[in-house]
Amino acid sequence: MNTNQDQPILRMENVSKVFGGVTALREVNLDVFQGDVLGIIGPNGSGKTTIVNSITGFISLTSGRIYFKGKNITGKKPHKIADMGVTRTFQIMRPYYSLPAYKNLVIPLFSPRAKRTGGWRGGGRLGDRKTIAIDILEEIGFERDSYIPFKTTSTLPTGYLKRLELARCLALQPEVIICDEIFSGLSMSEIASMVPLIERIQDDGITIVMIEHRLRELFQVANRVMVLNFGEKLVEGTPDEVMANEQVKEAYFGSEKIEEVMTYA
Amino acid sequence: MSSQTRRKERIDRGIKVRSEGLYALMSWREMAYLILPRFMLIAGLLCLPFLMPGMYWQRVISIVCIYAIVAISFDFLAHYVGLVCLGGAFFIGTGGYIAGIFNAYFGMPPVLTIPLAAIAGGAFCTLLLLPCLPLRGVYFAIVTLMYPLFMARIIEAFDIFGGTDGILGIDSFPSAFVEQYFVVGILLVFVFGLRRLVTTDMGLIFTAVMDNDQAVRASGINITYYKAMAVFIASAMGCLAGACLTHIYMWSGISQFALDFSILPIAATVIGGAGTLVGPVIGCLILVPVSELLRDFGTLRIVFYATILVAFILFRSDGIMAFAKRKYEQIERWTQI
Repeated sequence: MNTNQDQPILRMENVSKVFGGVTALREVNLDVFQGDVLGIIGPNGSGKTTIVNSITGFISLTSGRIYFKGKNITGKKPHKIADMGVTRTFQIMRPYYSLPAYKNLVIPLFSPRAKRTGGWRGGGRLGDRKTIAIDILEEIGFERDSYIPFKTTSTLPTGYLKRLELARCLALQPEVIICDEIFSGLSMSEIASMVPLIERIQDDGITIVMIEHRLRELFQVANRVMVLNFGEKLVEGTPDEVMANEQVKEAYFGSEKIEEVMTYA
Repeated sequence: MSSQTRRKERIDRGIKVRSEGLYALMSWREMAYLILPRFMLIAGLLCLPFLMPGMYWQRVISIVCIYAIVAISFDFLAHYVGLVCLGGAFFIGTGGYIAGIFNAYFGMPPVLTIPLAAIAGGAFCTLLLLPCLPLRGVYFAIVTLMYPLFMARIIEAFDIFGGTDGILGIDSFPSAFVEQYFVVGILLVFVFGLRRLVTTDMGLIFTAVMDNDQAVRASGINITYYKAMAVFIASAMGCLAGACLTHIYMWSGISQFALDFSILPIAATVIGGAGTLVGPVIGCLILVPVSELLRDFGTLRIVFYATILVAFILFRSDGIMAFAKRKYEQIERWTQI
């Protein structure tokens, strides 16, 4: 899968973040390659969301550097980083509640990046933003001929809002999408329908970093997994390697057998 | 016996559905549904100067329009961009002083000073408000409330621009007729212009900034730029109103930074209907004449004023415009259960 091994698309070098007296991240190194689906797992409070926030510029680092395609993006503003093609979803969904679902996507389609690159699949240069917004929604699982794309976002259920978060990233035609717990709060069937979606995004050549608690679905789509514990990188490897790792079993899964956790996760 | 025999029934007239998009072109009736309310506002405002008895009440019309411009700029910032700006007096004062300076010291005619005051004043206000833009909600409101006081004290302390006397000898409008139609025209342009702006893609970004600024940043959009743009639009409107005020009174002074200009527009927005952009105009059409009528009571008028405001908040908290819109779009009748 790693088509371009020599230069990572995203690289974290000795990234540390201290909140007051709490060390959220300690000397984390991470390479993400073009076309990867990288999973980041770890117990609550292990610094997963801090990684997302630090890559996308929502928080400043205490020390360390982050590179995107060889360019240093440390300390850049969030909108600059999104403009370069690194987008994120939020763990707690952040739609524009007073707007209908399709108008939520007009906003990313209006951004400088979408104007430059044409947005989703380059379509923004050709047509009306509202039409493209509905195209994206159809792709992401909003029924086109139903009234759902036109409903005010505050009336939509969680499953649609999670998809809308992903659609907001896709509208920018990004190079990297960082999903912060996109499966959390969804039912089993909703997650099952999200998995092909992730695979389709990957087929479009978009690199995905996924932060997840739902291990079974994550291990289905991810080709590499990193385990965080107390802000430190514990293990990194293929899903099979991570599952087999004794350290991971100790720290993350306790004494339970990993297969059991996978079953009940 | 708690048995109720009658209840109120609300039936939709279908105006909204039938007058949306291409459907509006189906018949004159649908077109009339769309055009008549707008026509009533335009015609009503244009007729007002003729209907007013005497110079005094004609002057009140100009003042109503000036307050209304400030009120719609407040409504736009608060309900479409999410910045609650109490700096109406700041805008009025800045615009007023700029127009006064250029007219009295440099001899420019009102034709030049008014647009100049709008653009330069808008830029000046935006520049001063720029450091406060990351603030949200009540914090932004408090900082903007400080600016008019700050400007007034600076002019007083350094004795610049005439100090406490203000700038005297400013040209007036050529005639009362020109004065009234100029402010009425500007007001109508701003009302319809802003209503148009908030439905464009840029207006959507303003709404998105209000709903969730972090998500807008994650979409690769610079929120500070769009907030500054919105503040520029609103402050340029306020400064234009201030410049008109200066030329109407032929004087600009510290009292243009008085908090009346911050507070009355907000009260008008509450009464007229927040987030409608027309409501504030209606609110000003009620509040400013009431305040003139109560002038005989001296400072006691604040009591009447507050009473009206509290009554509206209690009984019509969504404002006149929302009430009128409901009456327009629905038939209400009593039916037997």
